[in-house]
Amino acid sequence: MQNSLSKDQKKFKVLMITVSLFTLGVFFLSINAGFISIPFREVIETLIGQGTPQNELTIFDFRLPRITLALLVGIGISVSGAILQGISQNPLADPGILGINSGAGFAVVVYMFFFQGTTFITGMLSIFMMPFVALVGAFVAALFIYMLSWKNGTVTPIRLLLVGIGINAAFNAGLIIFQMKMEPINFMKAITWLSGSIWGTNWTFVLAFLPWILVLIPYALYKSRYLDVLRLGDSIAIGVGVQIEKERRILLFTAVALAGASVSVGGGITFLGLIAPHIARRLIGAKHEKILPLTALIGALLLISADALGRIIMAPMELPVGLVVSILGAPYFIYLLIKTV
Amino acid sequence: MSTRDSRNIKSTKNSLYSNHFIGTIILIGGLFLLIFAVVSSIHFGAADLSYKEVWKALFAFDGDNSLHVIVRELRLPRAIAAVIVGAALAVSGAIMQGMTRNPLASPSIMGVTSGSSFFIAIGYAFLPGISQTGLISFSFIGAGLGTALVFGITSLSRGGVTPVKLALAGSAITSLMSSLSTAIGIRFDVSKDISYWYAGGVSGVQMLQLKYVLPFVIIGLILALFLSRSISILSLGEEVAKGLGQNTTFVKLLGGITVLLLTGTAVSIAGMVGFVGIVIPHITRFLVGVDYRWIIPCSAVLGGALLILADIVGRMINSPFETPVGAITAIIGVPFFLYLARKEGRQA
Repeated sequence: MQNSLSKDQKKFKVLMITVSLFTLGVFFLSINAGFISIPFREVIETLIGQGTPQNELTIFDFRLPRITLALLVGIGISVSGAILQGISQNPLADPGILGINSGAGFAVVVYMFFFQGTTFITGMLSIFMMPFVALVGAFVAALFIYMLSWKNGTVTPIRLLLVGIGINAAFNAGLIIFQMKMEPINFMKAITWLSGSIWGTNWTFVLAFLPWILVLIPYALYKSRYLDVLRLGDSIAIGVGVQIEKERRILLFTAVALAGASVSVGGGITFLGLIAPHIARRLIGAKHEKILPLTALIGALLLISADALGRIIMAPMELPVGLVVSILGAPYFIYLLIKTV
Repeated sequence: MSTRDSRNIKSTKNSLYSNHFIGTIILIGGLFLLIFAVVSSIHFGAADLSYKEVWKALFAFDGDNSLHVIVRELRLPRAIAAVIVGAALAVSGAIMQGMTRNPLASPSIMGVTSGSSFFIAIGYAFLPGISQTGLISFSFIGAGLGTALVFGITSLSRGGVTPVKLALAGSAITSLMSSLSTAIGIRFDVSKDISYWYAGGVSGVQMLQLKYVLPFVIIGLILALFLSRSISILSLGEEVAKGLGQNTTFVKLLGGITVLLLTGTAVSIAGMVGFVGIVIPHITRFLVGVDYRWIIPCSAVLGGALLILADIVGRMINSPFETPVGAITAIIGVPFFLYLARKEGRQA
């Protein structure tokens, strides 16, 4: 027993290090890739402060903030998905499929609509407001979904998913209506953003988003043991003295906050919150203490890979990262559907 | 016999009952409503037209009068397109629900619509200057592919086809197809053309387009009426239908072709218009009972009426901007879908 535990621990460490190394690799590839391709030697030179001014501008002002955001958004969305899957005991739960993303998206587009114009992108206050706005939308959507799937005192996973699909459609219809009323420039911006693209290519966005990750991820890790307890079923959880409804609500709150904030900078990225936890669970087993950190790393790796791919395959044009994730993720979802439901 | 058994028998009796009286009222009243809606649809718009002028434009056309030209070239095609699309979607939804005994079955949920618009994206991207007939054929192929994928996935999965799995597979396929269409749109710079279909609208429909599409819709509707009796029997369950001597494979095949004809044309005219195919058949079934010989024609009339009214509302609520008719139908349809999801959720 003791032996297998330490073996598990070792496997966890190996996995964490491997995924980190991969992430680092893609990180360098990603700095190099894009409309202006910078040779690796120059990338290194620039990073240690000996680059040309032009490379410094490209790397420090455009590529690095974007890659950092991709990393952070990947962490946020995938951990949110892991928590949602844990709470709902449903392997198909994902903030995108459940409609939380589109709720956040709707709120942001409404916000864009009423504050469209000059201060929208440039204003500092506006940037810091975005996560809050998206958050409000995410919570409204989550509340709707939770209330509408509540019937006879329970929320069944299947009803949750179906209601989520419906809510998704409702918010998307609302989005269309508002988009039609927007100025053409903002309209295009909203479209790209909704397909899921890391659009904030400056450090202010990173600054605005980082606190959310720094606070919520450790908190989720701290609460992760409750996810294990919930997995045992309600009666056992009550038996070991856990206030399940309270813990479930706290965890849900954390997941929705993570998803909402991620959507505010990353747009509508679907399927990432579904895939990353699955891969993590398949690799490391059932303990959320390990699943959550591994999920975070895998999510980060997947999203920066998708972002780099989106820039490479159609260069000089860019494919929004959300589309790449969805094109790769939907088949995986279908595979899960065939195998598990 | 327990009270529960007798209640079951009673409800079976009720469910086999079909209300010919209400059906007749819907058919006659609905036709009047349609005529009224078509005239109103021509009447409302940026250029003010009196009803008298509308009448003249239709029956005493004067090619030099610009108002008459507006009616003939813009307003009339639009009104007819709305009716055709609504009728086609509602009837194909009714057929799907009857054949699969699945209350959530509808063109937009089951990936037909997104498959179709994916192929329209391909058509725009790789065949510049593609003709209307070309687009319609692409729309058909895509609709077929979408349906085949969703059905294939659900029947491959353990436990066979259930409403929930159809909805899930449908939403996955829809997400995949629409992502691919968006990607194609960005890559080949045709996103404007595609988003035009996406939003779902009948605003730019031309007479020429209608002329290509009308035969398909008419054949589809006639096929649907011809099949209606067989679908009533099939809706009792495949075993029952076989027991009654029905060639279920043949009926399903013909039903599938009908659905493809109707949805393919509807999408090729108006793009994504969701929820008509799910809401209208339910309302119709509630009103006229379970006999598809009534459900199908009544769905056609009510579906046409819903879509043309939604189109008029979409023009009025936010003028001078147009609100896409797809958004309006979604707003009407989503609460209904949620209600069904709550009702069906417990079966899974």
